[in-house]
Amino acid sequence: MTTTRTVAVTGNESVAEALRQVNPDVSAAYPITPATDIMQRFTAFVSNGVVKTEMILVESEHSAMSACIGASAAGGRVMTATSSQGLALMWEELFIASGLRLPIVMALVNRALSAPINIHGDHSDGMGARDCGWIQLWSENAQEAYDNVIQAFYIAEHMAIRLPVMVCLDGFIISHSIERMEYLDDETVRNFVGDFNLVHPLLDIEHPVSYGPLVLPDYYMEYRRAHADVMSKVRHAVLDAAWDFERMSGRKYGLFESYRLDDAEIGIVVLNSAAGTTKDVIDAFRDRGIKAGLLKPRLFRPFPYEEVGEALKHLKAVCVLDRADAFGASYGPLFMEIASSVVPFKNRPVLINKIYGLGGRDYLPEHAELVLNELVKIEKTGKVKTFKEYIGVRE
Amino acid sequence: MATIVSLKELSKKEDLFVSGHRMCAGCGAPIIVKMVLLASEYPLVAANATGCLEVSSCISEFTSWKIPWIHNAFENAAATISGVETMFRSLKKQGKIDKDLKFIAFGGDGGTYDIGFQSLSGAMERGHDMLYICYDNGAYMNTGIQRSSATPFGADTTTCPSGDVIPGKLQERKDITKIIAAHGVPYVAQASPSHWADLVKKVKKALEIKGPKFMNILSPCNRGWRSRTDDAILLSRIAVETCYWPLFEIENGITRITMKPKVNKPVVDFLKPQGRFKHMFNPGNEWMLQQAQEGVDRYWQKLLKEEQNSAPSE
Repeated sequence: MTTTRTVAVTGNESVAEALRQVNPDVSAAYPITPATDIMQRFTAFVSNGVVKTEMILVESEHSAMSACIGASAAGGRVMTATSSQGLALMWEELFIASGLRLPIVMALVNRALSAPINIHGDHSDGMGARDCGWIQLWSENAQEAYDNVIQAFYIAEHMAIRLPVMVCLDGFIISHSIERMEYLDDETVRNFVGDFNLVHPLLDIEHPVSYGPLVLPDYYMEYRRAHADVMSKVRHAVLDAAWDFERMSGRKYGLFESYRLDDAEIGIVVLNSAAGTTKDVIDAFRDRGIKAGLLKPRLFRPFPYEEVGEALKHLKAVCVLDRADAFGASYGPLFMEIASSVVPFKNRPVLINKIYGLGGRDYLPEHAELVLNELVKIEKTGKVKTFKEYIGVRE
Repeated sequence: MATIVSLKELSKKEDLFVSGHRMCAGCGAPIIVKMVLLASEYPLVAANATGCLEVSSCISEFTSWKIPWIHNAFENAAATISGVETMFRSLKKQGKIDKDLKFIAFGGDGGTYDIGFQSLSGAMERGHDMLYICYDNGAYMNTGIQRSSATPFGADTTTCPSGDVIPGKLQERKDITKIIAAHGVPYVAQASPSHWADLVKKVKKALEIKGPKFMNILSPCNRGWRSRTDDAILLSRIAVETCYWPLFEIENGITRITMKPKVNKPVVDFLKPQGRFKHMFNPGNEWMLQQAQEGVDRYWQKLLKEEQNSAPSE
């Protein structure tokens, strides 16, 4: 029987609690704001003997991911957490973790990248790592971060998948804000993630295996194709996890969240914490009879193009809000995914792109109002003032 | 601890690093790996930094390693094996593994002295039960003989070529063995494949000691050193006899020189057969030979003093 506990905790605290409940075999981590807090809380669990986890307190994030790779290949459940520069320093290792098909789970507390140095929340770090072969789950609030971390182990370790998973939550806005949420009981979480299934563990001395061979042009492309193929199966595993999780917790998850989208004419697509503010403003517009809706991607990698396209195709105008820019590309990274999703449809919404909230700049209800008003105008006139611009910025 | 090593005994053991690899003819590295693996009485798990040894010993579905082996990247063999070793400890504590395994990392000098230095230092400080082995051939041989911080003074490499103005590498080698010893680890040693019994004994000793251990092993590279393909063992012997590559160990802070030449041969005996030092013998470059000899003498005298100072008092 699932029992739940209503608590008031920060996003980081909720992630640390999920990790305590999952109780991994090994963790290697290095401090970085704003993710530090997760590992501080977790190492206290280690010091107090409430988890079985062996900690490796490394000298850099590069070594954190390197040690996670060694530990995961050795054969056991492994997790870590980082942010921003830490993820950037891991970059090389991210590809190796996924290329070796190691089911490592990492909390990514999203933070802006240097320069200029800035410790606050934006999505530049996660977006910079979007093509590294990891699965990415994005989380609006502490509850979703907690739920996603638990589901991440299920997805990563799924026998048809075996890929690392990154769970993203917004730095400070979520990581350091206290929210009301619900914890599951330990036994329920442990039953949900189950025992770790070994696949060719390095420590199986009777059956020696080699991890990380040199693969030249004769076979490299087949490895990459195999990775692409397994990526195409991920969304089934994500839905399986969501279904089991819903039965256990009563909380429903999918590939993305649709909010008042079915009959909407205009819509906003936005990731993570800004979705909460946006939903409030959408409610206000609905009260005025304006058919507005929202789509919040959860599974960003692999991106569920077909499902997202189906969900958005009937809209007249959509604004994609990006909390990161892709310098030198025409549009922000989320915009490009949404544009790819709707492009197969002959009748598709007009898309515009706004870059917001960089380096922790506040995203306010006024910004959502501004965007929705602009969408109303586009819907009426068919005219677009500008396809991409920064909002909430000094001119 | 006196360990007697006999060739007869070693020859009966199964080779754990087998033929078919694609290292160059005459390379020192596979000889070293074979000796190290033969020395162990325990089942081993190895990590390998990117480099000659790694790219040549495990290609697609072929491997020369008959033990579990992991290659992660260039700079992180130490961090990788520390992850493997920690998982072992975790699973052992949980009763999921009952065997006694030992963990070894292999890296070249680039992957050890330079790009892998931080990862190595971290692993040594954290106290993992592991042996890190550097096969030191004195340059980035895998990428085509570029200068590393292990490249000896005067050497001509593809990134410090001896030219009209700059006559090769002008800096001394980084003393990595002493730097690792300064971490306070229980055991560090230098070895050479020419002195195989010394090498095997040191590996055996290291594997008996709990905690982080480090060995630096000279690994002749005829491509980079521009020497004869059949000179690897001869050159590594001359390196020891000239005191260019002293054989010593530091166990719990006690320094012991494990091989003292009766007469120290002049370092030119080591330099002369190698094309990378050829320009040092040109007229006008006498100072280079002098500086090379002074460097070797200074290091040897310092080492003798360290040994003397750490000898137990009467």
